[in-house]
Amino acid sequence: MNWIYEPWPWYLAGPMIAFIMFLLIMVGKNFGMSSNLRTMCAICGAGNKVDFFKFDWKSQKWNLVVAFGTVIGGYIGSQFLSIDTAVAINPVTISDLKLLGFKSAGTAYLPRELFDTRALFSFKNVLILAIGGLLVGFGARYAGGCTSGHAISGLSNLQFPSLIAVIGFFIGGLTMINFIFPLIF
Amino acid sequence: MRTLIYLCIGILFGITMFKSEAASWFRIYEMFKFESFHMYGIISSALGISIILTQSIKKLKINSFYGEKLTFNPKTKSFSRYMIGGIIFGLGWALAGVCPGPMFTLVGAGYISIFIVIIASLLGTFLYGLLKDSLPH
Repeated sequence: MNWIYEPWPWYLAGPMIAFIMFLLIMVGKNFGMSSNLRTMCAICGAGNKVDFFKFDWKSQKWNLVVAFGTVIGGYIGSQFLSIDTAVAINPVTISDLKLLGFKSAGTAYLPRELFDTRALFSFKNVLILAIGGLLVGFGARYAGGCTSGHAISGLSNLQFPSLIAVIGFFIGGLTMINFIFPLIF
Repeated sequence: MRTLIYLCIGILFGITMFKSEAASWFRIYEMFKFESFHMYGIISSALGISIILTQSIKKLKINSFYGEKLTFNPKTKSFSRYMIGGIIFGLGWALAGVCPGPMFTLVGAGYISIFIVIIASLLGTFLYGLLKDSLPH
């Protein structure tokens, strides 16, 4: 039974994501996580100021339930289905990250230098997390979807706009890691 | 009843995101460095099977579990919003190492710092709503 505590290989995770998308289609919904951010803004009263948030958010409650389930799933996965959560990334990547100052590479799930509660005392770290989140939220809505909505839902429905968005995701990601990271770390 | 189904689907998704390490900042970094097949394997196998499933549902005109007709909304045609929005999203995805699904997963996994990312992403969403009409779409 030890295999259950091991990280899942891609050939288990990929089909599982497809299965989740299939289940959502079959209950008459669609797979897209970033819409929840818009719904949350609407719940917080953003509709009073901006028309974009003036919509029937109650019709989106189902998706918030999915998001809440995702939180529970994260808890179950980390507390009951894992012993060691260190991510065994490529040794080349590990030594590369160590040079950038991420000494926890290869020994943790998230870099301690950035996500440890103690790291929050660094203004730079907070700024990095905040700017990252800001770009994700802004970009997802601008592009009309995130990884789930475009790369899985949109592309599986053969939507050309989703292909443009996914190419954009990778242009942005590659630029950040290969050109901007050396400037900030 | 339906709420319970949505909850279970979410739980399955959260477990998948955590156990596949797709919610790990390190895996995202490694992916954008092209130093592992792992993330590409996840995305391409998920997509390959999703294409077959979605196209079969459309071709065979399969109804939902509740017998309702299934409709798929086509995305509106545009280039700039998908390209510019996509690039902005990608920059953030690589910097924070998370996209929206894993954000929720990491709350459950107990990372306090992820709340900064989530609050900032709500702010980013709000900012988009605010500037929407002055942006190229």
